Amino acid sequence: METRIERHTICVLVDNEAGVLARVIGLFSGRGYNIESLTVAEVEKSQRLSRITVVTTGTPMIIEQIKAQLSRLVPVHKVSDLTIEGPHLERELALVKVAGTGEKRVESLRIADIFRARVVDWTIESFVFEMTGSTEKLDAFINLMQPLGLVDVSRTGVVAIARGPEPL
Amino acid sequence: MTGHTEMLGATMVLKALADQGVDVVFGYPGGAVLPIYDELFKQNRVRHILVRHEQAAVHAAEGYARSTGKVGVVLVTSGPGATNAVTGLTDALMDSIPIVCLTGQVPTHLIGNDAFQEADTTGITRPCTKHNYLVKRIEDLSRTLHEAFYVARSGRPGPVVVDLPKDVQQTRGPYLGPEQVEHRSYRPQTEPDPAKIAEAVDMMMAAKRPLFYCGGGVVNSGRKASELLTRLVHMTGFPCTLTLMGLGAFPASDKQFLGMLGMHGTYEANLAMHGCDVMINIGARFDDRVTGKIAAFSPGSKKIHVDIDPSSINKNVRVDLGIVGDATSVLEALIAEWKRRDARADGKALDRWWRQIEEWRARDCLRYQQSETLIKPQYALQRLYDAIKDRDAYVTTEVGQHQMWAAQFLKFEQPHRWMTSGGLGTMGYGLPAAIGVQIAHPESLVIDVAGEASILMNIQELSTARQFNLPVKLFILNNQWMGMVRQWQELLHGGRYSESYTASLPDFVKLAEAFGATGLRATKPQDVDGVIARMIETKGPVVVDVCVDQKENCFPMIPSGAAHNEMLLGPGDEAKKPISEEGMVLV
Repeated sequence: METRIERHTICVLVDNEAGVLARVIGLFSGRGYNIESLTVAEVEKSQRLSRITVVTTGTPMIIEQIKAQLSRLVPVHKVSDLTIEGPHLERELALVKVAGTGEKRVESLRIADIFRARVVDWTIESFVFEMTGSTEKLDAFINLMQPLGLVDVSRTGVVAIARGPEPL
Repeated sequence: MTGHTEMLGATMVLKALADQGVDVVFGYPGGAVLPIYDELFKQNRVRHILVRHEQAAVHAAEGYARSTGKVGVVLVTSGPGATNAVTGLTDALMDSIPIVCLTGQVPTHLIGNDAFQEADTTGITRPCTKHNYLVKRIEDLSRTLHEAFYVARSGRPGPVVVDLPKDVQQTRGPYLGPEQVEHRSYRPQTEPDPAKIAEAVDMMMAAKRPLFYCGGGVVNSGRKASELLTRLVHMTGFPCTLTLMGLGAFPASDKQFLGMLGMHGTYEANLAMHGCDVMINIGARFDDRVTGKIAAFSPGSKKIHVDIDPSSINKNVRVDLGIVGDATSVLEALIAEWKRRDARADGKALDRWWRQIEEWRARDCLRYQQSETLIKPQYALQRLYDAIKDRDAYVTTEVGQHQMWAAQFLKFEQPHRWMTSGGLGTMGYGLPAAIGVQIAHPESLVIDVAGEASILMNIQELSTARQFNLPVKLFILNNQWMGMVRQWQELLHGGRYSESYTASLPDFVKLAEAFGATGLRATKPQDVDGVIARMIETKGPVVVDVCVDQKENCFPMIPSGAAHNEMLLGPGDEAKKPISEEGMVLV
């Protein structure tokens, strides 16, 4: 049996109704699947549809199961595995708080500039940077901020969309 | 509102049930469903069967659903009413039984306040239902009720809970009929992909050692699916085995039938599974009781898996061809394609395969040591089978050794005649299920084959049977032990019989009389026939206490963690093969 662990980004279109997120999360915890990141928001108000982006890991057989199990939830309209369905974009947003003074403070600002992070809040001893990018890029930025006075991080988790003109 | 009828929420519930063709509801009243019970009182269309415990209401509805193919309906109150129903709902989910369970809920303004008899019913039942709803607005009520029936019976059937706050039951609103309601998105695939049907027939034609392995999906698909399966098995000449849930989907008396497979299945069925080169699985789910050790499961076969639930395919066992579809549609398509090609199996190879199977069959794996003094449970069931085989009979069971013996020794020629808790293995299932079956088939003989431990888990339902004059027969194989627990302790835990003996059992004859039923007892093999005859001819509910050999074990047996070809055939086999560490941790 195939035991290679793969990382997949899966988009799920669901009815925006009470309990739907609990159904999805309960499915993952109840069946012992991993969630690396999960985001959810309504994307079509008129039709009450929400889009869930979930990043998960598992063997190919488990990934196939996850998709089949998600598909059979009654309020689920569509399940799409972006990782295998061609090129796609993944983005995450982070708010990163760095506190400090002097050279470290200047250095954090300089690195933020290189990473194209924006300063969205500042005091004389702190910055809050807003940064959007791939998970890896955010990880790299946050690692660099560590020795420069990193005190707090808030991340959205991954949102993703396929490249090209086609909808989900 | 033009075109709609306005009515009270509680009235709407009864109207929706009637419009869905429901004639019976199994339930138990309480504070949060009083408005619905009040409406129930005022009408004659829907009959209510008052159970003695909410778990039994769900099992009764399951028995009703399994024996008729219709949706079973349950009505219980909030809080403890709903939590008591959870075991039944899980049972129905595991065995794919269509159930709609209406639960009362505290008024919407009290939800979340820890009100009296409040429980988060939708939260609790989310993982044990196919779907559930909390109806917070009267405008959503009729649509939700119709959707609940649609979801319960469509695709892979299952239980659906509709949680009804008391204030919604007491508000007026518009009623929509079933024809005005369509689900937004839920459309399970029932028709198979024709290319895959062609591929399946290719594989079947090339097979040297083929085998049909079929399950509850064929039964759930309806009577026609069983007829089609029988036709296809006859057309191909292939052997056929059935799972515990599938018994009756193919006639047990047919010479192409190898008996049940799995942990306590027949030698020939399990060795055929192990040795086949093409396996055609229709409506079975490669359950661990069937596969044994996955790594050694049917190692040389190409596998075709037909299932209405795409998530069943490649879940436990990787297959070569997965076909999503309803068993009836798939069987029709397979038969049509087989005919269109004027297909023939490889006759020579098939002959060789049958000769091999006949050798395995000649081992007579269900043989047991008869006794002059002790009633062997197998003997009691054989005599029971002889007495009921020409009658219009339905059988339910509890869970344990008696259940496996019943599966081995009672033979079913038709589907919907055998009701047992397969997936969840719920002790206490059989008596309430028998009540549900008897409600659906008032003139038929309905027997619950039970053990003395299981029967005590829902014995209170004898009172229900008495109240509604339901002549259910409880055939208790009483060995004073939790037999299957004792068997495992003997085989796996060095004979340390921890807590598996029941001291202070009731006198079942007196117990029956206390409930207004008839009690009978057999203690010697010579008593068995007479007791069975009296059981059948006695009107009203009967409890038969069959005092059987306390030490008998259920064979054949595939020990947990072992492969199909490592079966234990009888007591003599036990010592030779120690059970692996890996097997010990399995259940």
